[in-house]
Amino acid sequence: MSAAVEVDKVTRRYGALRALDEVSLTIEQGELFGLIGHNGAGKTTLFKLMLGLLAPDAGTIRIHGQDIAGAAFREVRRGIGYVPESVVFYDHLSGAETLRYFADLKGAPRGEVPDALQRVGLSDAGARRVKTYSKGMRQRLGVAQALLGRPRLLFLDEPTSGLDPEGIHSVYRLLHELRDAGVTVVMTSHILSEIQERVDRVAILNRGHVQALGTLQRLREAVDLPLWLEAQVVPAAMDAVRAALTQLPVITQRDDGVRRLAVQVRREHKMAVLARLSLFDAQISDLHVREPTLEELFLGHEEAGQERRHGED
Amino acid sequence: MARIEWRLLRVIAAKEFRERLRNRWVLAVALVFAVFALTIAYFGSAQQGMVGFHGIDVTIASLVSLVIYLVPLIALILGFDAIVGERERGSLDLLLSLPLTRAELLLGKFLGLSATLALSTVVGFGLAGVALAVQGQGTDALLHYAGFVLSAVLLGMSFLSMAVALSVITTDRARASGAAIALWFGFVLVFDLLLLGALVTVGDSPLGARVLPYLLLLNPADVFRVLNVFGFDSVKVFYGLATVFPDTLTSPWVLGGVMLAWIVLPLGFALWRFRQ
Repeated sequence: MSAAVEVDKVTRRYGALRALDEVSLTIEQGELFGLIGHNGAGKTTLFKLMLGLLAPDAGTIRIHGQDIAGAAFREVRRGIGYVPESVVFYDHLSGAETLRYFADLKGAPRGEVPDALQRVGLSDAGARRVKTYSKGMRQRLGVAQALLGRPRLLFLDEPTSGLDPEGIHSVYRLLHELRDAGVTVVMTSHILSEIQERVDRVAILNRGHVQALGTLQRLREAVDLPLWLEAQVVPAAMDAVRAALTQLPVITQRDDGVRRLAVQVRREHKMAVLARLSLFDAQISDLHVREPTLEELFLGHEEAGQERRHGED
Repeated sequence: MARIEWRLLRVIAAKEFRERLRNRWVLAVALVFAVFALTIAYFGSAQQGMVGFHGIDVTIASLVSLVIYLVPLIALILGFDAIVGERERGSLDLLLSLPLTRAELLLGKFLGLSATLALSTVVGFGLAGVALAVQGQGTDALLHYAGFVLSAVLLGMSFLSMAVALSVITTDRARASGAAIALWFGFVLVFDLLLLGALVTVGDSPLGARVLPYLLLLNPADVFRVLNVFGFDSVKVFYGLATVFPDTLTSPWVLGGVMLAWIVLPLGFALWRFRQ
């Protein structure tokens, strides 16, 4: 079976600026893939190239094994759904009419419209004009539109921007449902804390390059940022715990002097430190490991990248 | 290049049309046309000391200027945001990611907007036509009037075509609307003034007299005027211009062909640019 998206050495310039410089990545069928990066990192350009809205200056992009701008472009495009970051639909059409319009354009049966409305929780608002919709409802209508034609591949550009926590949660729930049903989901985000535990793999884009690509676990191992062990200690035992830690390979430790203690350790020393702390079973009421966040990883990568660049100079 | 799927043109055109029926655009414009047309048809000869409905030729001559001012303006307003509006609201990328071509999107929009404009024009000016029919005008006169309304629709389509081209080449709605207004000034007001200036300056020279009438073909509004005014002998006399006009220019087929070119060429340009 072919991959959902294959990007092979793609370069795209705007004048002298290389928005993307020989970018390669493969997105497998059925994964939830996050594309992250700062504004101007190239993620919008990459998104537009994958959707066939822009043509690469060099390299190739294949969607389900085919060229999106080639002779079979209608067939390829029928297999994808796209949710733009912010889209203002037509004020004077109702939600259901809007979806019927897009169903007609996609060649999807109009019978899918009620189901699409239901999946995004707009069944009751389907007959109302879009003019009366809130921002969150418009966003959900955008998602419903992308589901028409039952595409195997979905692109979502910042799908949760401007949504309240409940809305964000329901978007991810839907994306996970789709992923579990075998749909490939590609999304961009710049809110790293939000995306980090919710996607299968990420690509971090920076200045037109793929800086890192893989599962969060792999990225964490690759960057090898230290972990934090955080413990709640009985106040009377604080000194003893502190003393025990000084004999261990910890990078730094800090505490509030009363009951909270945090220790930074390298990944390879995690088990040793945990083993030592477990001897204080009765004095430690809570202990947990905090992995570096995607944000920290991202910054770590950026620093690593800069060092590399300096090294090249 | 992919073959055009007519089904998609119909879907896009139908949506444009329905939206403007829904937001009462069609109704509002038809009312404006009807009120102006009836007023001018009734009072158009007041300068000659008469009011009331008169012969069809005189009525059409009175309505021609109204059409030249109003129809291009309405067409430009209707079409200037066809593409740039979608771009601004973020839906253009979405449409272009669908299994349809840019040609289908552009032509579908043009057809839908044309149908919108045609309906408003036919209903608006049709009401004045009904008033004329009630006055007991003959079949010939009513056919003339129908031809006048048809040519008004074509005039509207030519400006719509230019508006759509503007909406392709501009980057935001504000610029597009500015350019549309400039286009209206240029074709409806400035062009004729320049031509008059040229007529005064070089009109007496043999070359000037021969070339100037053809310059009218460079403006669809003037093509419309010539088509409707010089088609009738009585009006020609009325305008006192019968003699300066070469016969080829008064052939409805030549003028109709030029009008069609004014519809097709800007649209073709728009399509070419949209594909870049």
